[in-house]
Amino acid sequence: MSQQASFWNNLDQVFVLLQHRIAGYFPVWLQPVVETILAVVGIVAAFPGIFALTTVLERKGLGRMQNRLGPNRVGPLGILQPVADGIKSLTKEDIVPLSADAAVHFLAPVVLVIAVFMGFAVLPIGRNMVLANLDAGLLFFFAIGASTELSIFMAGWSSRNKYSLLGAMRAVAQMISYEVPLLLSSVVAVMITGSLSTVKIVEAQSGFTGIFPHWYVFTPWGFAGFVLFVIAALAETNRSPFDLPEGESELVAGYFTEYSGFKFALFFLGEYLGMFSIAGFAITLFLGGWGAPLSVLEFVPSWAWFFLKLLAAIAFFIWLRGTLPRLRQDQLMNFAWKFMLPMTLLNLVVAGAWRFLGDGWPRWVICSVVLLAAYVLLGRVLMRNQNLGARSYRYAD
Amino acid sequence: MTPLAAYLIVAALVFAIGLAISLTRRNAILVLIGIELMLNAANLNLIAFWRFGPHSSGHGDGLTGMMFAIFSIAVAAAEAAVGLGLAIAYHRHAKTTDLDAMTRMKG
Amino acid sequence: MTFGCSIAFLLSAALTVAGALAAALLKNLVHCALSLTVTFAGLALLYLQLDAQFAGFAQILVYIGAVAILVVFAILLTRGAGIPEYRGFSSSWLLGLIIAAAIFALFGWAVTKSLPAQITASAAPAITVQSIGAALMSSYVLPLEIVAVLLTVALIGAVIVAMPESRITKSETRTGGGQ
Repeated sequence: MSQQASFWNNLDQVFVLLQHRIAGYFPVWLQPVVETILAVVGIVAAFPGIFALTTVLERKGLGRMQNRLGPNRVGPLGILQPVADGIKSLTKEDIVPLSADAAVHFLAPVVLVIAVFMGFAVLPIGRNMVLANLDAGLLFFFAIGASTELSIFMAGWSSRNKYSLLGAMRAVAQMISYEVPLLLSSVVAVMITGSLSTVKIVEAQSGFTGIFPHWYVFTPWGFAGFVLFVIAALAETNRSPFDLPEGESELVAGYFTEYSGFKFALFFLGEYLGMFSIAGFAITLFLGGWGAPLSVLEFVPSWAWFFLKLLAAIAFFIWLRGTLPRLRQDQLMNFAWKFMLPMTLLNLVVAGAWRFLGDGWPRWVICSVVLLAAYVLLGRVLMRNQNLGARSYRYAD
Repeated sequence: MTPLAAYLIVAALVFAIGLAISLTRRNAILVLIGIELMLNAANLNLIAFWRFGPHSSGHGDGLTGMMFAIFSIAVAAAEAAVGLGLAIAYHRHAKTTDLDAMTRMKG
Repeated sequence: MTFGCSIAFLLSAALTVAGALAAALLKNLVHCALSLTVTFAGLALLYLQLDAQFAGFAQILVYIGAVAILVVFAILLTRGAGIPEYRGFSSSWLLGLIIAAAIFALFGWAVTKSLPAQITASAAPAITVQSIGAALMSSYVLPLEIVAVLLTVALIGAVIVAMPESRITKSETRTGGGQ
């Protein structure tokens, strides 16, 4: 039994052991540097790999949801499509408009990709598998996320193109508006854990009562916080239904209209990696990070759970993209400031009440009732001017 | 490892450059940029002195320098917002942000 | 050769000063704003080297994430009809430069003459975010609340100052979705 347990333990820590093994070949004073480099190599290899997988998943998934096949020419069932995309973007001619600001035009995708990769440093991918165990890890993540807005502005402005500038302005306004609910909805997890460190937040969710885990999403304030965080995360990464800045039917391609070839691929990569990092962060804050969903399943390696949850989140985002219509700019802003901000503030109060009401069933009832009542009331108040009739369907005969 | 004097010299240099921007450039927004640079240089000074000074628990548990700098960051952000609002309002009125042309109150 | 400073410090300091100089000398306003961002980043690196992690990350979040974007928005909203007709530097630029140089000479003299160049004798202070939070709630609760009120006032004030004056009568006013 212990031999079995140690096998699963080794499998759980296989990357950490590999890292120590390789670093052991170097002199002692060089070992921390080598370990960090190996961790960085791991991140740079794993997440762009997931990016390649996501592009084909998204196109096939969206195709199926829109009642068509996705790409199916390259490789069996179109699985090798990312290879074809990569070759195309690397060999396409890099066109820079004559009147574009060359230096800023070149730097914008670089800044985006650098900022997005740095965000992965504080994600705990498994037990003992975090690149930088910062005491203020959450603050670092949000600070780096705020820097990506600047690169979008740089891209839009340097192209000297009205469509690009408009798309960039919309994108920056949207990202700034949703930054506030994003931060506030993550503060509840910090409040209950008592630390800004992502490692401690995951460890606080790794207990089990019976077979059910202590994930924050299974509490009233955690569920509300998770929903609000996911909505704000969708808006932060310009994903549908908040993709007005890059709406293909509206703005050509928004702020990366004038980019072609490798720089376009970098923007694409940066956007998807941003989506992964913020999805990973939502998993860390509310879905228990690398923890197993049932205590009987704890033998599965922790990094496997993290990647499974990440894939589920990505599938959910693709599903949302295929299903929901796009929000207009003023609807978007109204939603952020009039609905999400009051809800996140109320969530903070509810989380505080949860903490101070002590253990037992009353706090579940009180917190759930308060949140539900607020949600319903706020919805009714904000929608009172819209005379929505019954939904009507029209089908082609 | 790095002496305190090095940080103070860097802060003084950034302050002087911020002052030069505020005094020599003609655009109102650049003057505000210069003011932000001066505030940042003062923050660097505060944090450098906090780091190299005593950390005994007195009033504030030895965190005074960093707390001062954090509040200064918050206040500077608020001041930047109001100052830029002023620049935008003036531009709407006079269609320019050239400081040398803002001579309406000249005697 | 390094005057007793670490390489990381020299690189961050060089980045900071280069960004500030670029903000002073460049003609294009947006380039000035972007080099200001580089200065902010260099300063955040310096804070991190001084073991002030919270201040460093707050610097990135507030300055690069908010103030820099505010500045570029203001630049874009106040652009004239294209090329500025005036030169970037005022007519009394030499006087301004002399004053700034004099101030720097004064500070430099004060630093080198009256300060023993201390090396980091004290160990790094064990500042956790929890201790900062505890301090904010106990010793610094009054400044915290005042800053909260100040930020609210500044928010409302900036919006009122920058809002366009409504020249249309009440009956023609559109609700919501204004400017």
